[in-house]
Amino acid sequence: MADEMDEMMEGGEIKKLMYMTRTAPYGTVYALEALEVVLIGAAFEQDVCMVFADDGLFQLKKGQNTEATGMKNFSPTYRALEMYDVEKLYVEKESMDARGMTEDDFIVDVEVKTSDELTSMMEDMDIVLNF
Amino acid sequence: MATINVAGKDIAVDEEGYLEDRNEWNEEIAAEMAKLDDCELTDSHWEVINFLREYYDEYQIAPAVRVLTKAIGKKLGKDKGNSKYLYELFPYGPAKQACKYAGLPKPTGCV
Amino acid sequence: MLHTINKSPYTKNSLDTCLRMAKEGSAILLIEDGVYAALTGSEITSTVETAMKKHTFYALSADLEARGIQDRVIDGIKVVDYAGFVDLAAENSGVQSWL
Repeated sequence: MADEMDEMMEGGEIKKLMYMTRTAPYGTVYALEALEVVLIGAAFEQDVCMVFADDGLFQLKKGQNTEATGMKNFSPTYRALEMYDVEKLYVEKESMDARGMTEDDFIVDVEVKTSDELTSMMEDMDIVLNF
Repeated sequence: MATINVAGKDIAVDEEGYLEDRNEWNEEIAAEMAKLDDCELTDSHWEVINFLREYYDEYQIAPAVRVLTKAIGKKLGKDKGNSKYLYELFPYGPAKQACKYAGLPKPTGCV
Repeated sequence: MLHTINKSPYTKNSLDTCLRMAKEGSAILLIEDGVYAALTGSEITSTVETAMKKHTFYALSADLEARGIQDRVIDGIKVVDYAGFVDLAAENSGVQSWL
């Protein structure tokens, strides 16, 4: 990934960058790590979008309360993404339907995209980073 | 572990002087941290510190300097939402230094 | 026997394997990412509802709340807290943790 980051900063032209996140928020550290990379990466001012597929969309579930588990609830941080100019947030429709979720379940405004739509978006990217 | 002494009590901080436990924070601790940096806190400093604490409560994150500047501008006006004003208040870097006094972790996106 | 499942049913087959091997009448406790199996209206729901005819299902409240799904649990799954987890472990002859 370091290579991809180097590549991203080269030349000064704006690159299209997709962060693909597919893991649930608390069972592993991937989701939080992805969010931190996105926030740090925002300083490079690229054309960024984020895709929440599979269990990744559970990161955005409203009403998370981690008090009893003693973990940090980082779901409010997704609402700060807009201020970091990360405004394009996509949820894969197939993943959402499989989990019985709807757009109203998310703490941020997202655009729901079918996997077909995501296929062509991915083809259009300079870099796709996976978490 | 590093500590700073405030009103006779040892408060745990990390190697860069950031508070280990955000819940321990009070204004005296902020003032003591500032004193260690030879900085006297004025109302203008407090305005930014309090802003950061509210920001953290809402988003669970310490903002990067660019985001802080923009957000301050929105809330407190253009004359305060610029680097010059904020760097004059917090010469070590507005996000880093102000976050420290506010008892927050080092900002995400701050290398 | 108490069976615990801590992986999401969408990413690992722990639940399926558990349901294949668990003796009828077992207690099955969903914890950590395993609680996503408790979601109503999902493509897993019918699997769990069928299994509930043979087993008693529990889900850990702290993990449901952390994930914001405590209001979306399938009817008939018993929600327990950490003390309830301990009780289940004590009541049952053994604990099988499906990782």
